Amino acid sequence: MPDWEKLSTARVIPLARPRKLAKVPFAELADGRLQGVVSSGSDIERVYVSSVAASTYTFACSTNNNRPCGGARGSFCNHILALVNEAVLQYGAERVARYLRVELGGEEPSAPSITRGMSVTRPAQGDTALAAPVFSRFLRHLAYLELAPVTAPVPEMQWFPPTRAEA
Amino acid sequence: MRADLLAETIDGIDEALAAVDAFDQVLTAGLLRPQPAQAAGLARLAGAVTGTPLAARVAEAAEKAAAGVASEDHLVALAAARTALLGSVHDALMTQVTEATGRPGGGDYPASEQAGQGTSARQAANVLAAARSWLSDLARGGWRGLDTGVVSESAPVVSAMLAEPALRRLATLLDGFAAELAASCPGATLERVPARRWADLWSRGMLLTVPGAAGAPATGTVTGRLLPLGIDLTEHPTAAQAQVHAVLEPADGGGPRLVRATVSVPKPDTVIGAGVWQLLRPRMSLLAAVSQGRSMDLADMPVTAEGDLIWSDEHARLGEPAAPFAAARVALPTATAMATAPLDRHPARIAVPVFLEGYAARQDDDALVFTVTGRPLAVDTDRIPVAGPLTPEAVAASGACIGLLRWDAGSFSVQPLAVETTVKKKAVAVQAGGWAGGTTDAAGVKAEKAATDATSVLRERAGRLLRK
Repeated sequence: MPDWEKLSTARVIPLARPRKLAKVPFAELADGRLQGVVSSGSDIERVYVSSVAASTYTFACSTNNNRPCGGARGSFCNHILALVNEAVLQYGAERVARYLRVELGGEEPSAPSITRGMSVTRPAQGDTALAAPVFSRFLRHLAYLELAPVTAPVPEMQWFPPTRAEA
Repeated sequence: MRADLLAETIDGIDEALAAVDAFDQVLTAGLLRPQPAQAAGLARLAGAVTGTPLAARVAEAAEKAAAGVASEDHLVALAAARTALLGSVHDALMTQVTEATGRPGGGDYPASEQAGQGTSARQAANVLAAARSWLSDLARGGWRGLDTGVVSESAPVVSAMLAEPALRRLATLLDGFAAELAASCPGATLERVPARRWADLWSRGMLLTVPGAAGAPATGTVTGRLLPLGIDLTEHPTAAQAQVHAVLEPADGGGPRLVRATVSVPKPDTVIGAGVWQLLRPRMSLLAAVSQGRSMDLADMPVTAEGDLIWSDEHARLGEPAAPFAAARVALPTATAMATAPLDRHPARIAVPVFLEGYAARQDDDALVFTVTGRPLAVDTDRIPVAGPLTPEAVAASGACIGLLRWDAGSFSVQPLAVETTVKKKAVAVQAGGWAGGTTDAAGVKAEKAATDATSVLRERAGRLLRK
């Protein structure tokens, strides 16, 4: 086997897995948090911006217009639970648990065990100041759909072969 | 193809790669407070380009870097030295590949094209400078010093570049690079560092910040029949590219030429699998032709000196049915390869179409190996896209294969683009990119439906939330 550290095409990021986006159009492990956007079940114009910090599990949830989420009082709301579920689908439970540094107490990594592992520490509720930057990352993400394909070659893509190995 | 010729050792390759590795260890530790080991690594890189036109500049850059006072220009010089070394490795490997395939080589790249034109707008210069500044920060901190702060500083730079199609190459590179770095934070606790890979991406990014470096101008046009061999899909979370390798039979009666046609697109990271084909498909009718097993007739299609067609649907129309295996057996053996542009000379860029048959396939631990002309050749089944009809199992059961010959970390491998296999006593061809233009295959239809749903949710959200 070739030495992984000497491979130009070493695979660093595993294959993202497909998931339905209707409920949680955006979920990412970034800036030391699991963060994302959850569509409101009742109002098509409204989305919730939810996040959980790695290690401390400090959580926040509010609308994109900065109204606090009624469900996130003292414990995780349903938006955060949905966010954890979808992140596990997209990235795999192992990667989510590792990123958030969740103590699973010997359980297999899964959305319920990750949620439990965080909830039992009685995490603090953070302020909603994060909503704006996370929402703008979501908008930046959506803006990728508006970029047109080009037919001039991008030789740099030779460094990014696909992989069949899932997270 | 004579795989036995690929097994011969090439003089000087190990020494060149050892100098590259020495520099890669320097980048792993970072240049903020260089230790004696890093000074030695820098000196080794500089020593390897002694006697070349780069020698004086690289020697100065290595000295300044070892003292912890390298400027951005010095870092560009170091990146250039590393790129030149890998360029020489590329050239030596390509000489060997040309012998092994027995096809006419591409000759020299036209000197007049070596100075790329590309974009020279002043606004581009600003964003290129910002990109160089970010890459310089990365080099100072080193891979071991990675944190989310330094990685996230790439976001505004990438966003600014993505808006400008002429800067797409650097934007796409940095976007994929930054995603990997972000997924690897903090660098201090990484179990292992992909040192060669990240130094490759860093060096390439550095050189592309030199205005004009990314220019790949069309140098002429071609007219004739295009016979597709297969599709090479590449992707990172926020970009994808489909490259069709093909033989062009010129209408003027000249000999057949190897060419490529390419389409790439930035994408949200949740658009994956068949969704990627859906984004690429509308821009290049050739993808549909590949799925239908058809040739295309080109008229005055722009082409670069590297043999890259700058595709435009108005210069192409659907032609007669043309099986890729017929093209591989008949037209490929005499097709002339094109030369590689100077900056693109890197072993990772080697992707040479080959036709293999009469091999024995065996599963060796985790890897599939073909025995070709008595020599083992690893088969890179991990490169087969998930959204396609080709599977590693079909490759293992195949009797003939169209693939791309590649080289990485000291060994050659073949990436399957298509195989011939026997289903119910009938030979059938299965292509890795078979779903590129759409499919009626049940699994393919299901994948298309899931992808359409994902993209339409994102488009609906974008329509409602963007520009409010």
